[in-house]
Amino acid sequence: MADQALDGAAPRPLLSLRNVNMTFGGVKALKNVSFEVLPGEVHCLAGENGSGKSTLIKVITGVYKPEAGAEIDYDGQSYPHMSPVTAQASGIQVIWQDLALFPEMTVAENIAFQTVIGRWPRLVNYAEMRRVAINALQRLGVTFDVDLALHHFPIAQRQIVAIARALIGEAKLVFMDEPTASLTQSETDYLLDVVRNLSASGVAVVFVSHRLAEVLEISSRVTVLRDGALVGVYPTKGLTQSRITELMTGKTFDYSVLHRDLSRSPVMLEVKGLSRPGEFDDVSLTVRRGETLGITGLLGAGRTELALTLFGMRKPKSGSVALDGKPVRFGSNRDAIAAGVAYLSEDRLSLGLIQPQAIADNMVIASLDKILSGGFISSDRKRSLVNRWIRDLGVRIGKQDDAISTLSGGNQQRVAIAKWLATDPKLLILDAPTVGVDVGARAGIFDIVSKLADSGLAIILISDEVPEVYFNADRVLHMAQGRIVGEFTPGATTLQAMEEAVYA
Amino acid sequence: MTVLIERVRNALGPELAGPFAAFVAVMIVFGFAAPNFLSRATFGSVAFQLPELGLLTLAMLLPILTGGLNLAITFTANMAGLTLAWVLQSQGGVDAGIGAFLLGSVLAIAVGALSGLIMGLVIAYTKAHPILVSLSMMIFLRGLGEFLTRGGDVSGIPGFLAPIGYGSIFGIPVPLLIFIACVLIWHVLLTRMKLGFNTYMIGSNIEATRYSGINTRKVQVLVYTLSGAMCAVAGIIMLARFNSVRVGHGESYLLITVLACFLGGVNPFGGFGRVIPVFVALAVLQLLSSGLNLMGASQHLATAVWGILMITVMILRWLAGRLKFLNTNRG
Repeated sequence: MADQALDGAAPRPLLSLRNVNMTFGGVKALKNVSFEVLPGEVHCLAGENGSGKSTLIKVITGVYKPEAGAEIDYDGQSYPHMSPVTAQASGIQVIWQDLALFPEMTVAENIAFQTVIGRWPRLVNYAEMRRVAINALQRLGVTFDVDLALHHFPIAQRQIVAIARALIGEAKLVFMDEPTASLTQSETDYLLDVVRNLSASGVAVVFVSHRLAEVLEISSRVTVLRDGALVGVYPTKGLTQSRITELMTGKTFDYSVLHRDLSRSPVMLEVKGLSRPGEFDDVSLTVRRGETLGITGLLGAGRTELALTLFGMRKPKSGSVALDGKPVRFGSNRDAIAAGVAYLSEDRLSLGLIQPQAIADNMVIASLDKILSGGFISSDRKRSLVNRWIRDLGVRIGKQDDAISTLSGGNQQRVAIAKWLATDPKLLILDAPTVGVDVGARAGIFDIVSKLADSGLAIILISDEVPEVYFNADRVLHMAQGRIVGEFTPGATTLQAMEEAVYA
Repeated sequence: MTVLIERVRNALGPELAGPFAAFVAVMIVFGFAAPNFLSRATFGSVAFQLPELGLLTLAMLLPILTGGLNLAITFTANMAGLTLAWVLQSQGGVDAGIGAFLLGSVLAIAVGALSGLIMGLVIAYTKAHPILVSLSMMIFLRGLGEFLTRGGDVSGIPGFLAPIGYGSIFGIPVPLLIFIACVLIWHVLLTRMKLGFNTYMIGSNIEATRYSGINTRKVQVLVYTLSGAMCAVAGIIMLARFNSVRVGHGESYLLITVLACFLGGVNPFGGFGRVIPVFVALAVLQLLSSGLNLMGASQHLATAVWGILMITVMILRWLAGRLKFLNTNRG
């Protein structure tokens, strides 16, 4: 379209789409979208869940057929629509979030199994497979033991295996869907290096990510989608995280640090010299009523282990914990819940919620005793409890009996918070509460957290994203290698100083 | 028509629609094919045969809902039956009194529950796979039972037990009444009790359930213990019907119970499934074999037809799933 003016000297785009429309069941998933990728560039596709990113990728890779009128130019050819076979054959590859790898097979088999499929006679040439795999890894600038089964490798390296597999098909354009969602900071850095190598070797990369920091770091241009429509294409230089957030959500967010005077508020949690060998050492901290204590640090710093110990799921080797002035020693998380401790797991998909089960059941599971009537579960009480929390926390659902997996990340997290609030906690530990939650929905989660603190709850907020704790906690502890190595007060310390200290 | 189907579906729930449709189909087909099918005699024979398989299926259902399996059900039932038979024998055999029967039944249920308790403890604490644990228990019970009975029958049962196997109250067979009572108990357990709620949750994700503050070990132990106790009820009824116990009685029911659960819409991986659809599925299986029997087909053929029915149901479910998928995609 004419309003998509580019600088005159720009090279011919590798991929260019115009007038792409898609409708699902009366809902327009893509409205007149255009999209361009230059050869060898790292291009970021940004947008909230439901903004049309995945639909667009599926149109480009031939999974969906766009409505008539769409124009797709790729590598000098025009197509009315793509088909999966043409897309693959002409070098378009996608690395989906779930990776689709085989954990029990070796790295070489994972990378190169496609090269040996379909040839006659159907015998597997392992030497050829190893050679192809090693080649592909070399192009990415990494060396792995290709004979080792994949499940021995951490997720970051599995990502790289998935990329290597994409490369053996002579890829020209690689889509990466949330590649860093489950990675630590150092693993992310490692992956970003690989992406840079890939781009330098002439392969264009389209990067889809929720983490705006790395979007800014890696890409040269950003295409923003909102509600299925194109917001615009922006050069990354000059963009900030808050600007992208505004573009993605169409709202402006007020970023300011908390200013709550809690010096006279009674102490709710007091931890002294808590240790578990190999996990954390000599941790002392206090959280007051109405206070949000942030704990940040890289993954593996012992944050989750500390939280699980406070939640009674692990036993400390030494040290003491006092809750509301009384010393406590939990035999299990049941004791901790009874005493008023709630723990929102960092792993919502496999530990936080029971994905296939109903929204209502997930909400009442930790507080079943409250909906009993004469020893039996009362469906009336259950429904009214669930309705109350859905209203109070603004959860958007279809039916109470729908599986929790039908909800978006943000709504799932609200249900998870409701599940714990239903237990009447005194201390709420939130472990990475925004993982897999849209940028726009994150603000909503933190609104809830802030209201909970104001109502007198003591909150521990764990996150590896420093800005998150900076803007949402009263005080922040920095954990590294199992020890508390620093304490910051947002406002008194600048965000930049804190980020430098943590990411150093 | 579609409105009607939709209404039936809503009233019965999605799991019940399949078994209910199969039920209607069997009634219609045999109603036409075998003129004497829709008679008291057919339903009488179904009503007497259903409970043995049915009680064992209830015993299988709970472990399946947790994502496990109890392969020891038939031998647990035999062992419980033996316990009762021995108590009766020691109290005078055919002349034993009601007191001996009550004591024997309590001990039989205790033996069944103990078998389940041991499996439950092993599964909950060692996290060994339920198939392996219950297979070991099955082999242990079979060997022990054959050793103790030297492979023979234990008989000499007092006459007053016969009504439990063959009697009727108000025209309803006693074993059927016992079975229906057990179905209702399981129904209430699964829909209204904490244990039932937690059984489903464990079946979908045991770790997430543990993180939610549920004592998952306790739930597993209770589930297998109840499963064992239900086997014992089946064992007592089998004793009353055959007038004797033999280790190996009802062995062929084992896999049928698994299939009956799946026919009743129970998720083979756990977490989903209800009692009432399983009950209907059992009735379908039993009606099918009685109908074929009436038409003069051999019992072996009836078993073969069960297999075909199961496969058909799997295919129909897949088709229904695809249809739904296409509908929602088209909007």
